[in-house]
Amino acid sequence: MIHFVVSISRFTMLLLFAIYTLDCFLALRMHITEGKQTYYFVKQTIEMFLIMYNGIFVLFLQSHNAQILFMAGIETVFFLLVFMIYGTIYESASKCLLNNMCTLLMLGLLLQTRLNVEAAFHQLLLAIFAFAITCFIPYCIENIKVVRNMSYLYAVVGLGGLFLVLLTADVTYGAKLSINMGFISVQPSEFIKLIFVVFVASMFTKSKSFSQIIITTGIAVLHVLLLVAARDLGSAMIFTLTYLIMIYVATKRPVYLVIGLGASCVGAVIAYALFVHIRTRVIAWADPLSVADDAGYQICQSLFAIGTGGWYGSGLGQGMPETIPVVSKDFVFSAMCEEMGVLFGICFIFVCISSFLMIFNIALELDDTFYRYVAIGLGALFGFQVFVNIGGVTKFIPSTGVTLPFVSYGGSSLLSMMALFSVVQGLYVVKQRQEARSDE
Amino acid sequence: MNKPKRVKSPSIDSVDMYMDDFVIDLDDDLLSEESSENAEDIQIEEPKRRKRRETSPRKPKSNRNREFLVVAYSFLFLFLSLTVYLCYFVAYKSPEYVSSSYNKRTGALSASTIRGDILAADGTVLATSSVDENQNEHRTYPGGEMFSHVVGYYIHGRSGIEKDANQLLLSSHEDYSEQMQRIITGKKVRGDSVVTTLDSRMQAIAYNDIGNYFGAVMAIDPDSGKILCMFSRPYFDPNTLEAEWESIVTDQSSSRLLNRCTQGLYAPGSTFKIVTALSYLQQGGSLDDRFSCSGSMDVNGMTFHCFNSISHGNMDLRKAFAKSCNMTFGTIGMELDSKAYRKTAEQLLFNRELPVDFSTYKESSFDVDADMADDLVFQTGFGQGHTLVTPLHMSMIASAIANDGVLMKPYLIDHTLTESGELVKTFLPAKADTLMTVEEAQSLQELMRGVVTGGTGTVLQSDIYDAYGKTGTAEFSSDKEEAHSWFVGYATNGNKKLAIAVIIEEGGRSSSLSMPVVKDIFDYYFAD
Repeated sequence: MIHFVVSISRFTMLLLFAIYTLDCFLALRMHITEGKQTYYFVKQTIEMFLIMYNGIFVLFLQSHNAQILFMAGIETVFFLLVFMIYGTIYESASKCLLNNMCTLLMLGLLLQTRLNVEAAFHQLLLAIFAFAITCFIPYCIENIKVVRNMSYLYAVVGLGGLFLVLLTADVTYGAKLSINMGFISVQPSEFIKLIFVVFVASMFTKSKSFSQIIITTGIAVLHVLLLVAARDLGSAMIFTLTYLIMIYVATKRPVYLVIGLGASCVGAVIAYALFVHIRTRVIAWADPLSVADDAGYQICQSLFAIGTGGWYGSGLGQGMPETIPVVSKDFVFSAMCEEMGVLFGICFIFVCISSFLMIFNIALELDDTFYRYVAIGLGALFGFQVFVNIGGVTKFIPSTGVTLPFVSYGGSSLLSMMALFSVVQGLYVVKQRQEARSDE
Repeated sequence: MNKPKRVKSPSIDSVDMYMDDFVIDLDDDLLSEESSENAEDIQIEEPKRRKRRETSPRKPKSNRNREFLVVAYSFLFLFLSLTVYLCYFVAYKSPEYVSSSYNKRTGALSASTIRGDILAADGTVLATSSVDENQNEHRTYPGGEMFSHVVGYYIHGRSGIEKDANQLLLSSHEDYSEQMQRIITGKKVRGDSVVTTLDSRMQAIAYNDIGNYFGAVMAIDPDSGKILCMFSRPYFDPNTLEAEWESIVTDQSSSRLLNRCTQGLYAPGSTFKIVTALSYLQQGGSLDDRFSCSGSMDVNGMTFHCFNSISHGNMDLRKAFAKSCNMTFGTIGMELDSKAYRKTAEQLLFNRELPVDFSTYKESSFDVDADMADDLVFQTGFGQGHTLVTPLHMSMIASAIANDGVLMKPYLIDHTLTESGELVKTFLPAKADTLMTVEEAQSLQELMRGVVTGGTGTVLQSDIYDAYGKTGTAEFSSDKEEAHSWFVGYATNGNKKLAIAVIIEEGGRSSSLSMPVVKDIFDYYFAD
């Protein structure tokens, strides 16, 4: 009986998630009535809860751990609260983004529950905490206007933060990421990402003169160099690519994009020649099986998981994701593919696509240059973060160790991603209210 | 205009740029290309233009579209490539990873899959699994002891085909509807059947002929590398292995779990004269070179004899090989350049990995160097010394000689089938290596033919095939009366070939014990 439920749930959850994914795109078609759109968003919300309960049921059947049910209760209340707060206070917020944020968070909590119930509970508390903070962001954006003028302050905070990481951080998996502050450990680069986007946006809002571009690029390169020095290659990659997108959108000159990509490639080659740990990563990427018990161990375990799970997965609780090192953080996508199937993983990718397309759309809608640059930067940040993570764990690109937004275990990542979505929501809310005012 | 626009969900009017209206947007973009770069900044202050937005909301922004489109499409391209790659990985690349021995998940797979059958080439079932109403699996081995080593076991670790084909036996290629049905009914999926290259009748001949002796029989089709027979005795009964496990593993003397074909290391005895002869020819020797034998010889204070101390007199290399003259080959061994001698042996895969897919086998070893004592080098020449070989390796050498120097990779698994008999995967013959030149192979063929026409292997003369080979007796202890009986060679009827290596342990001072096995197998194989 248990086996039957676990097996069949692979297909019901996949089906629900596939419909959810389809709805993401259907709801955003043109020539669609408001009512129809609301219908899709409500349907998505219901689908999200169904996936969650289905998964929780499967996990509970296998473990009979009452804490899972307790957590499901808290999660239900929490998500309903999120929908209510946004529904009443930020009525005009993007429902698509809100649904996607909650769904990614829900999948993350489900997978974390599968991997370690205690850690998942911790993650749930962090999510509640993160929401409690970030739900004020849209309000702040509407009411605090000075943010755009403090460009150099952002640069100082960003560079200072990264420098502090370099000096004091503990080394985990070869990279200096987190600063241990006694009871809690923080990954500053997760937040500096956001600050960096705001910095670049404010610089380009002030001026797009050549000297301004040079200064901004110089400071951006400093950020990247500090990250490389801390061996946080994933973040270095994300900072670089996000900056290139922003400079291209701001200057409208493809030549910067080309020069930037070229320079990044040269930089990557130099780094490859200089650093052994980068060469090791590349070797592990090129032929992981040849170094399966050494440098390629992690990526091999990840590919074993994805390959053995196949299209439909083994069913929640039926795989062996715990054989993958750091599975709850960077390699959580492999655990998802192993147990819920690669098709589920592909739906996940499409939900992420719909999210960043939505953010780009919002950016396109914004008339305020600063806000627009911030939005496009955050959209690119989110997109690259997902791409670098999933690309890394599936061996599409060398693995560099970044988190999967909302799904990976860890408070810093969760808080910064929730802040990212809240900022975008805030920008949109501001824009909608201004428009409404000018209409009156 | 009383109803505020904000009630409507965001971005409805712009997301279409990624959708069906994309073309129109692009046109707008092109049309407004000439408008000033800062147009968007001006808009904010210009109420007139803002008004226009409500009727046609996208137009004024279209000059931003180009960058946004480039960015959006670049991202789409990245993510779609990632998706396509992921599909490609699952569909084509993942088997390589899934079957890796580092993957700990295959054990878990067996929980949902019934292990597939193992069959002989003619369809004889060698291993099969049944499930009771509680879905508990029970594996039986109709092939029994006759196939025990080659088929192997999978309790207390795995061996043989059960080990090497584990992943194949646990993968199911039944069509999806069938798989779905089983999942819904809670039944296990049946893994694919593995059809081996083994000839069940040839295996039976080996089984019967070897009688109560210990030993091994290897037979390979030189043209394809298909292993037709792999038999080892003493054997075990895989059906009762679980119960007997303790007594079998504690019984050190007979090592019943050892597959002597692949793991049994023996002194090659006179069959090694094939290697010595090849090295002699490679170092400028000729088949016509003459040698003389007085039946015994003193080397470095040790006295060596030819078989029964027979004096072979004056003869050429052909006769020395046919009569298996130890004095001649001992002398050749001492005269050979030791480095080149070693190179010849290594060219024939001594001291090297064999080109086979079996996860368990032993490498043959050969050792000679300039500092070695003369008597040891002398013995090495006729296969005593430090040399050790497996029957598998000797059959591969015979196979390469039969095939004019080209060694086809020996293999055991021919193809896999679904439960309903549909072909899943066929394993094709593959060239492994060229062990010697055509001329060298032909010289060795001439020498080995002489053994059958006028030497120690005349018993293999037949009307329906021509046999080639080398007999051997390998001493393994100081007791000169105790020796293993070897035959390494092949036969052909012009149409097909069969390479063979047989060893009978403690078969006495003559090679006579191995010959009947070889003869029965050749007679059977070439009968039709």
